[in-house]
Amino acid sequence: MDAIQQAFVVESRELLQMMEDNLLQMESSGGDAETINAIFRAAHTIKGGAGVIECKFIVEFTHVLENVLDEMRSGTIAPSPELIEVLLACSDQLDALVGCVESETEPGEEVGKASASLRERLQQFLGKPAAASRDVVVSEPAVHVSGGGEMDTDNWHLSLRFGRDVLRKGMDPASFLRYLMELGEIVNLVTLPDAMPDANEMDPESCYLGFEISYKSDAGKSRIESVFDFVRDDCVIHIWPPHSKLADFISSIETLPEDSMRLGEILIKCGALTQAELEQALNTQSDRVGSASTQPKIGDVLVKQGAVTPEVVEAAAVKQSKVAEKKTLESQLIRVQAAKLDQLIDLVGEMVIASAGANMLAHRSGEAALVESTSVISMLVEQIRDSALQLRMVQIGETFTRFQRVVRDTSHELGKDIELVISGSEAELDKSVVEKLGDPLMHLVRNALDHGIESPEERVAKGKPARGTLRLNAYHESGSIAIEIIDDGAGIDREKILAKGRERGLVAANQTLSDSEIYNLLFEPGFSTAEKITNISGRGVGLDVVKRGIIALRGSVEVESREGAGSTFRIRLPLTLAIIDGFLVGVGKAAYVIPLGTVVECIELTEKDRADTANRQYINLRGGVLPFVRLREQFEVAEPGGKRENIVVVQYGGQKIGLVVDELMGEFQTVIKPLGSIFKHIKGIGGSTILGSGEVALILDVQSLVTLATAQQNRAQTAEAIRV
Amino acid sequence: MNIYNATAQKNMLLNALDGCQELDIDLSQVGEMDTAGFQILLLTKREALKAGKAVRLTGHSKAVTELIDLYNMASYFGDPMIIPAEERAAAKPGNGKSAG
Repeated sequence: MDAIQQAFVVESRELLQMMEDNLLQMESSGGDAETINAIFRAAHTIKGGAGVIECKFIVEFTHVLENVLDEMRSGTIAPSPELIEVLLACSDQLDALVGCVESETEPGEEVGKASASLRERLQQFLGKPAAASRDVVVSEPAVHVSGGGEMDTDNWHLSLRFGRDVLRKGMDPASFLRYLMELGEIVNLVTLPDAMPDANEMDPESCYLGFEISYKSDAGKSRIESVFDFVRDDCVIHIWPPHSKLADFISSIETLPEDSMRLGEILIKCGALTQAELEQALNTQSDRVGSASTQPKIGDVLVKQGAVTPEVVEAAAVKQSKVAEKKTLESQLIRVQAAKLDQLIDLVGEMVIASAGANMLAHRSGEAALVESTSVISMLVEQIRDSALQLRMVQIGETFTRFQRVVRDTSHELGKDIELVISGSEAELDKSVVEKLGDPLMHLVRNALDHGIESPEERVAKGKPARGTLRLNAYHESGSIAIEIIDDGAGIDREKILAKGRERGLVAANQTLSDSEIYNLLFEPGFSTAEKITNISGRGVGLDVVKRGIIALRGSVEVESREGAGSTFRIRLPLTLAIIDGFLVGVGKAAYVIPLGTVVECIELTEKDRADTANRQYINLRGGVLPFVRLREQFEVAEPGGKRENIVVVQYGGQKIGLVVDELMGEFQTVIKPLGSIFKHIKGIGGSTILGSGEVALILDVQSLVTLATAQQNRAQTAEAIRV
Repeated sequence: MNIYNATAQKNMLLNALDGCQELDIDLSQVGEMDTAGFQILLLTKREALKAGKAVRLTGHSKAVTELIDLYNMASYFGDPMIIPAEERAAAKPGNGKSAG
């Protein structure tokens, strides 16, 4: 796939996402002109792009789609639920077709069939109203339209925006204008060079011109249109018949190229008022400046004079502000290939290791100047590391909004009324984490839609609002991000799960479990309490896959539930997978790294404590019970420890435990290297890293150690209780 | 001035503009002008306006006049154009002829 195709795929995906968002918005709140326009522009741009890469099957498909959207834009087809359904299907189909471009394959038979059937369905919408409306406009131009008003001219109005590549393709706008002059008379012509960028960005071989033409001709619309046959695909061409309605001019304003033009100029250029009218208005404006302190807005003045109607001015004003917004947005973003970024992160990782090595050697040499300069370097490296990682951070909002469509489709399918509420979408996490998060999230969302939220009838019977709510929430929490999927459905039936767990032999008959332990049964392979199997979920594959997916990301998942009030699935994930701030500790000769984000405090294990804890696995920390794990025992370190021991207090998911170590060695920037599959079964180890000395240190998996210690403590407590 | 030499023309004119406050462009030897060439003139004029400099087009050849007339941009450039009487009769769009 060459660069152009790649750019097309990326851009199309973005546009399709935008199109889908707008379609959903249209469905929920009705489509205003801007929404329809945005959808049209998306389809149009995709078609244009497909034309450039000569991808015929996309051009053909999009052409029909574009026709329908164009009719919607001009108001001849109203956006009905059925139409939106078809349009959503079209956007999916386009996604599939773009996928074909990406994988460089011709669309298969099935995809081809889907295209054909969608085109047929689109054609049905297009069929009857299209033929009728065109005729009405042309043959009965004097039809009165309420609220709009008519333009009092006998002239056609042509609005032309030539595509960038027109010149390169050997076509010159001038020759089209000359041809136009053969068919009729150009009464007035305004050239719009505003699309031309700054001098250094201006490509001399691109065409930046647009024209607004007042045109007198006896020729019919199709004849005039045919003048532009050769360039129609590249250009935006609007042809308004004589006596067009004001509404048409408003939409003409909206489709003007995105330039910051002054309001008055826009109005003149689209023929809504004349130069004389504008000058008169401007005079009024400046007259007032002399006398009064407040300067009336040009738009207001024009409306007062009756030169233009308020609607037209408003449309132009909206356009002005949009242009400004878009400009700033464009200059703030650049597109970078993910692979380049990954390479940068890799290099930064190596640099972190190298600088740690240099630092250590400097310390050993004892030269003050050398130590100082290496410490400056390592401080800078730390900053480079942080900003490099920051580059890969993306907001989670985009992932969340994708679920709008899922929730809509699934709730339709299930006959439920469910609203998706998104919060915390500005929380950031590593791009690679986001990518891998999609599937687990999808499972949980579908699960909540299917099993969590009840049908409207059930909800009403229970005294809840008929419309269910699914919330997606995200927030940062001590070096990790928490993502919540909250539904206000029936909640989880604790007893049912317990019974099922006993039936499957996962729970012993006399065993008592805490709520969270019971909910955790849900994540056992093949565990499903759904009585009916739907095609959404309930086949018993799912939650265990979710858990595995999340554990692979060094995260965790937990469930909270209140019966009748709904349940919350909470996923916790580390912010990044590549480099972390670590805390280096020593046990015997080996070094271990504890992720610094989880460390709460370090305390010395006193002589007295050591004697006390010979037989138990917890200490008294300022009046509270702190369970701990001796790393020496955990990892079966053979050599005996020194005289002193320390406890590092770590926290994960609201639980605190202590890790007993020999030596505290301080902060250490840790580049995470994965462990081979041989070490997979070792509990408590999350990865490895290379120290400045070249030695390997193991990174502790705090999460599993916390689970281990709390489980041990619970057992000990139960045993003690029994003894009492 | 056409698409084949537009890049060269762009660089030449912008460089010339960089080095002075007032630029006179003699167009009498321009035998052909297409939209690409026209855009270069437009760009030069705009850059000059932006920088508070002056650009004057002089000695418009027939090809130049014809295109500027077609695009109705004579008033934008604001230069006097000498138009032979017989050409005045030819079909011209617009009314914005100014002797500015």
